[in-house]
Amino acid sequence: MSNLLTIFLAGILTENMILSKFLGICPFLGVSKKVNTAFSMSLAVIVVMLISTLVTYPIYAYILVPAGREYLQTIVFILIIAALVQFIEMALKRYMPPLYNALGIYLPLITTNCAVLGITLLHFTKELNYLEAIFNALGAGVGFMVAMVLFAGVRQRIESADIPKVLQGLPITLISAAIVALSFLGFAGIVG
Amino acid sequence: MQIVLPIIIVSVIGILLGVGLSFACVLMHVPSNKKIRDVRATLPGANCGACGYSGCDGYAEAVANGEAEPNKCTPGGEATAKALSELLGVSVSTVPKTAVVTCDGSCDKVQNEHLYSGISTCKAASMMFGGPSSCKFGCIGLGDCVKVCPYNCITVENGVAVIDRCKCVGCGMCASVCPKGIISLHNADYHHIVKCSNTQKGAVAKKACSTACIGCTKCEKVCEFGAVKVTNNLAVIDDEKCTGCGKCAEACPSKCIKV
Repeated sequence: MSNLLTIFLAGILTENMILSKFLGICPFLGVSKKVNTAFSMSLAVIVVMLISTLVTYPIYAYILVPAGREYLQTIVFILIIAALVQFIEMALKRYMPPLYNALGIYLPLITTNCAVLGITLLHFTKELNYLEAIFNALGAGVGFMVAMVLFAGVRQRIESADIPKVLQGLPITLISAAIVALSFLGFAGIVG
Repeated sequence: MQIVLPIIIVSVIGILLGVGLSFACVLMHVPSNKKIRDVRATLPGANCGACGYSGCDGYAEAVANGEAEPNKCTPGGEATAKALSELLGVSVSTVPKTAVVTCDGSCDKVQNEHLYSGISTCKAASMMFGGPSSCKFGCIGLGDCVKVCPYNCITVENGVAVIDRCKCVGCGMCASVCPKGIISLHNADYHHIVKCSNTQKGAVAKKACSTACIGCTKCEKVCEFGAVKVTNNLAVIDDEKCTGCGKCAEACPSKCIKV
């Protein structure tokens, strides 16, 4: 049990997808202008990470490994995640329209998100079992949300700050992203 | 033969997913609203965003749901608004708009204070001491508006942007990119416009540009309809009140009121 908790916390703090693995940088810079959009985007990421882990892990363990074709994981996982996201989108549109409206535009963006593909591949380099992989995915998803929401908060503050003209826009965003990432370096060693 | 197994694995998974998705598509089909489709078909489809929604699709949905007025589409103008109001069965009033450059400071009327040789956009030039021209309020003439206009109706003539009134649909894209903020939307049937944006005091403005509005209030006094107001040393004509009598243009000493 403590092992699972460790994996979960490590996913949020020390092995944060965005701030220490540098995966999923595109939404980190693209969808972090407002706290609530960052929040909905991250919710969608958590859902997709969890479901794609649930699906891709058995396929890897019971199809690719027995066939001795582990190297196919990237292309197979891309296929599965893309189809899965499409499926989730359809299901949400049909059964949960309010949730679809909240996540709707972010779901297609996640189809090709490197953080989602990254987490499904990283389970195997870390040699986790199925249950551990699920917690790892959950932790990574929550970590993604923490990074997104924190950074969106920082950006909202920046918007009202008096910034030198040369740094306005993207430069100050990248500098503050670096500072937020540095602050997460402080967690190194506390878990995992 | 090494390659056969991977091909089989990937294609079988691909086919399964494809079949699964197409079944899901049929099973979970959501009937899209016919009203939204009809509204979308009526719109011009320029996706300019002048209505304030994310493209024509977003606006169509808002109109169909009754969240937006049907007269927000500037490129479509009166015709679209009428078609939409017929489609939805609501009445609506529209005044078509057109963009106007409120500056007439062509090369013979203003002097260059410095020679600008940086990036050739108005935005970049205006960051350098407010632009090369002696008038810091006027048109820079590097054509940011020309590049952004989806209808190709702006040209730079003799250093000043000129908008073709006949071609302009009033989407307001040019107004949003002009770093000097001298492009504004007026009623398409406007009569007279003060072609100056300089709010400096008369003598200073006159020094910067020979056709600057000096805020003498002669136009304000001569107007019988109360359409002209001078605020901040700059005359502004109210489109709604102006009848086009042209007395202000005659009275103007620096000839900055134009048709």
